[in-house]
Amino acid sequence: MLPAAAFYILAACAVISAFMVVTARNPVRAVLFLIVTFFSAAGLFVLLGAEFLAMILVIVYVGAGAVLFLFVVMMLDIDFATLKAGSTGYLPLGGLIAIVLAAQLALVGFAWVSADGAAMQFQAPTPDDTHNIAALGALIYDRYVLFFQLAGLILLVAMMGAIVLTLRHRDGVKRQDMHRQVNRTRAEGVDVIEVKRGEGIG
Amino acid sequence: MLEITLGHYLTLAAMIFTIGVFGIFANRKNVIILLMSIELILLSVNINLVAFSSHMGDLAGQVFAMFILTVAAAEAAVGLAILVVFFRNHGDIAVDGASMMKG
Repeated sequence: MLPAAAFYILAACAVISAFMVVTARNPVRAVLFLIVTFFSAAGLFVLLGAEFLAMILVIVYVGAGAVLFLFVVMMLDIDFATLKAGSTGYLPLGGLIAIVLAAQLALVGFAWVSADGAAMQFQAPTPDDTHNIAALGALIYDRYVLFFQLAGLILLVAMMGAIVLTLRHRDGVKRQDMHRQVNRTRAEGVDVIEVKRGEGIG
Repeated sequence: MLEITLGHYLTLAAMIFTIGVFGIFANRKNVIILLMSIELILLSVNINLVAFSSHMGDLAGQVFAMFILTVAAAEAAVGLAILVVFFRNHGDIAVDGASMMKG
């Protein structure tokens, strides 16, 4: 009874806030509704017994992804009213495609059958004696370790790409030049002046 | 009705997927909302994978979901970086004005 109620509440929150994401006038509100959607999905993952993914969803999606969106929305000075004004012409086409897509998904949902022996072909059966995080960790660091490292590589490349794209060298800003610092000699750094007594250097 | 089956989760994922696709068309000019719609689509795929993983008792689906999460995070970071550069060059983010590279 309680899991069912929790599912319906979380699912309703997820669907409504997802709809608010795509229809909100103010992009800041869209980001906040996106956060609500991710939290609801995290709750559903807990219901499904995938606690690690639920926590990852909160930490990565909400903590990093949505906050990144929020930063970009707030830092760029964008006139959203004019952006919104021109795009209403696509609403009928978008609605039509959404209806067709929903109908197709519903057809598949009613018509699918499991293949013979498909339920037997386990890749990694869930162990009974340990909890989700330990089981997932054992799997990731053992069988999928290469893919895990490739995922890390993807993140590294994405990070470098984001830095290269947004790094801007402005003129007139003093920067430290390590090469010039190290190669400086005494001759160009120090000027020895013979000062005559009583006259100064002025 | 009171027992939550695999079908419930698949229906939910299908609804979120459809909303995401609709969002791509409804906000065709606003790249930020476009990226959020793509995040919604990836989230629905993750719900599918985790639901199957939980109901079949196969942990591999959750591993796949984690990799999708990684790619989604990378995609959001690079997408927003491109958006910032585009805004710096254009002064707005209307993507239908993005025709600088045509020959």
